[in-house]
Amino acid sequence: MIEESTTPTEPMLQVDQLVKHFPVPQSLWGLLTRRKAAMVRAVDNVSFSIEKGEVLALVGESGCGKTTIARTVIGLEKPTSGQIIFNGHLVDVVARQQHPEFAPLEPGSPGTPEQKVLPFVSLRRLHQKAQMIFQDPYESLDPRATIFDIVAEGLEVNGLARKRSERVEKVQRALDEAGLRPAEDYFWRYPHELSGGQRQRVVIAGAMVMEPDLIVADEPVSMLDVSIRADILNLLRQMRNQRGVSILFITHDMGTVAYFADRVAVMYLGRIVEIGPTRQVLQNPLHPYTQALLSVVPVPNPRLRRKRVILQGETPNPIHIPLYCRFQPRCPRAFERCTLADPSLMQPVRNVSGAVSGGEQHQAACFLLE
Amino acid sequence: MALESTQTLLSIRHLSTEFTGSGGSLARAVDDVSFDIHPGETLGLVGESGCGKTTTMLSIMRLLPSSGRITSGQILYDGVDLLSLNEREMRRYRWKEMAMIFQSAMNALNPVVTVGDQIREPILQHDLMDHEAADRRVDELLDLVGISKARKDQYPHQYSGGMRQRAMIAMALACRPRILFADEPTTALDVMIQAQVLELLQHVQRELGLSVMLVTHDLGVVAEVSDSVVVMYGGKVAEYGTSDQVYNSPQHPYTQRLLEAFPDLNAPGEVLASIPGYPPRLNDLPPGCRFEPRCDQRIELCSRLSPELEEVTNLDHGSLTSGSKPFLRHLAACHLCTSLEKRQ
Repeated sequence: MIEESTTPTEPMLQVDQLVKHFPVPQSLWGLLTRRKAAMVRAVDNVSFSIEKGEVLALVGESGCGKTTIARTVIGLEKPTSGQIIFNGHLVDVVARQQHPEFAPLEPGSPGTPEQKVLPFVSLRRLHQKAQMIFQDPYESLDPRATIFDIVAEGLEVNGLARKRSERVEKVQRALDEAGLRPAEDYFWRYPHELSGGQRQRVVIAGAMVMEPDLIVADEPVSMLDVSIRADILNLLRQMRNQRGVSILFITHDMGTVAYFADRVAVMYLGRIVEIGPTRQVLQNPLHPYTQALLSVVPVPNPRLRRKRVILQGETPNPIHIPLYCRFQPRCPRAFERCTLADPSLMQPVRNVSGAVSGGEQHQAACFLLE
Repeated sequence: MALESTQTLLSIRHLSTEFTGSGGSLARAVDDVSFDIHPGETLGLVGESGCGKTTTMLSIMRLLPSSGRITSGQILYDGVDLLSLNEREMRRYRWKEMAMIFQSAMNALNPVVTVGDQIREPILQHDLMDHEAADRRVDELLDLVGISKARKDQYPHQYSGGMRQRAMIAMALACRPRILFADEPTTALDVMIQAQVLELLQHVQRELGLSVMLVTHDLGVVAEVSDSVVVMYGGKVAEYGTSDQVYNSPQHPYTQRLLEAFPDLNAPGEVLASIPGYPPRLNDLPPGCRFEPRCDQRIELCSRLSPELEEVTNLDHGSLTSGSKPFLRHLAACHLCTSLEKRQ
């Protein structure tokens, strides 16, 4: 167990100035001439935190960096800079040195003062206490393993339930809670015998059997039909309510956000452009990008066909992020200031439409708020 | 969208399609499906995966895989039954009368042929014009869908997802069809690109007076663009009416639950209704109503008798704007929607 060093006010997950750059594969000529590799700035200085039992949604279009954040938080990617503090423990590549199977840290990387103070969490511990749910339940399950083996794998790998009877009991409870009842009927089945919704339930059971503190769910329902989707969302919400697990919910679908998340962070080109409580962000969006995104979400009511703000063109390539405000080239409301400086997240003095906004937590990175 | 005439362009009558599985098992993917498409109309065909919506579309185009067979029904295009035509005659209808765009534009485009050549191909195939005129037509089409002419000689992998879908639309329009079938045209795209593609579809439809059949699982997309809606479940039509009728006064319990399961942006945080159970397997259909095992309003009759698609009778349509399209009745296949006398 991680020592209970956290106070109730401390967030479950804190991400500070996270940066993740990927080098673009170079041509042989580029390598020979030692040309500097171009960088994909997938995540470009992102900070946020998730409280215990809170659901934070990261929303954005493909390529905005939301999945990279998820993978970095869970330890699948090494951050270029910045730090991730999980339950009061620093998640860092330094921890990898304690596990020889992981790549060692490059020599000479500097440690921050906090690193010396905060206890590290090993990746193994992190992988127990932070679980990931992937988008495609057809690909995330081993086709040749039985449902029992799939759900019990995490327990076995981490040596959590050494006795078989213990494992059976835990797997049974996890499947039951995930809505696969009676659980025994599913033990010896294979993934191909199950429907998409049932598979995603197996994935959730496999995550919950580890009794995690944090679940990182990367588009968990986008492959599912509408009637099944609601079931899975209700299940995740029930897990949150009963177990108090925090959820980082990655999605491109504003509709599920509205239903599911406590807070929303809207991402554009590797950066959070707006963050705040769900209701406030959806009903009173501050950033022109959020406003446009919300205006094009299809609404299942033909009487509510609205004026859509359709942004022209496509999101620029994250190798060439526009200078200054990164949204400015596509922004319908850009003005002079936007081409002179890069806005950071700020609270509105008044919101864009002129009304005063009350929420302290509601911030956006836009000069219109000044 | 104002409809000029009430004459139907395409009329599907009691269409049934079966698939032969391995070992000779039969799966009835489409069962007794009927609906009409009028000139200039956008019809949305919605349902979950496996409900038969794509099979319906492929049946109309007569592009079913070899394991599929149309067992009964009529497909009347401008009065001609497409099912009575032989393959050669049918070829005259594809592209020139009916064209199709697919979900995965990357898979539908040929990776080793330039986009311009691919758009030109159907024009030349159908002997519509000479090479020079065809080139001009390609430029015209690219202009229509908002792709710069300079990118005509590029290959599909140099295009982004949204641009590929635009190129697909340009190709589908190459031979000036009167009806466009779009199978999940925006499913793989981001919301903003989806909005761009839908706007483009509506734009070309207005410009050219096209009819569009939009096949999708996304109730939101259908609500944004469709004049009328067909809701399919388990191979059958569950409900059919104008968008306003279906969305604002849904009669079939399946449509009702489906709409409740759709998260509402304007009311965040409310409990989302879900439909218990799973859609039926097409080779193992329930004897009565297809939705009966999952329906919370079922009556005894439902498990015995499959309901016919009939006009909704116990309903006050006063508040609905169906008046603008008097030809379209509101139909539902549910015992609860038809009058009591009929049930007995």
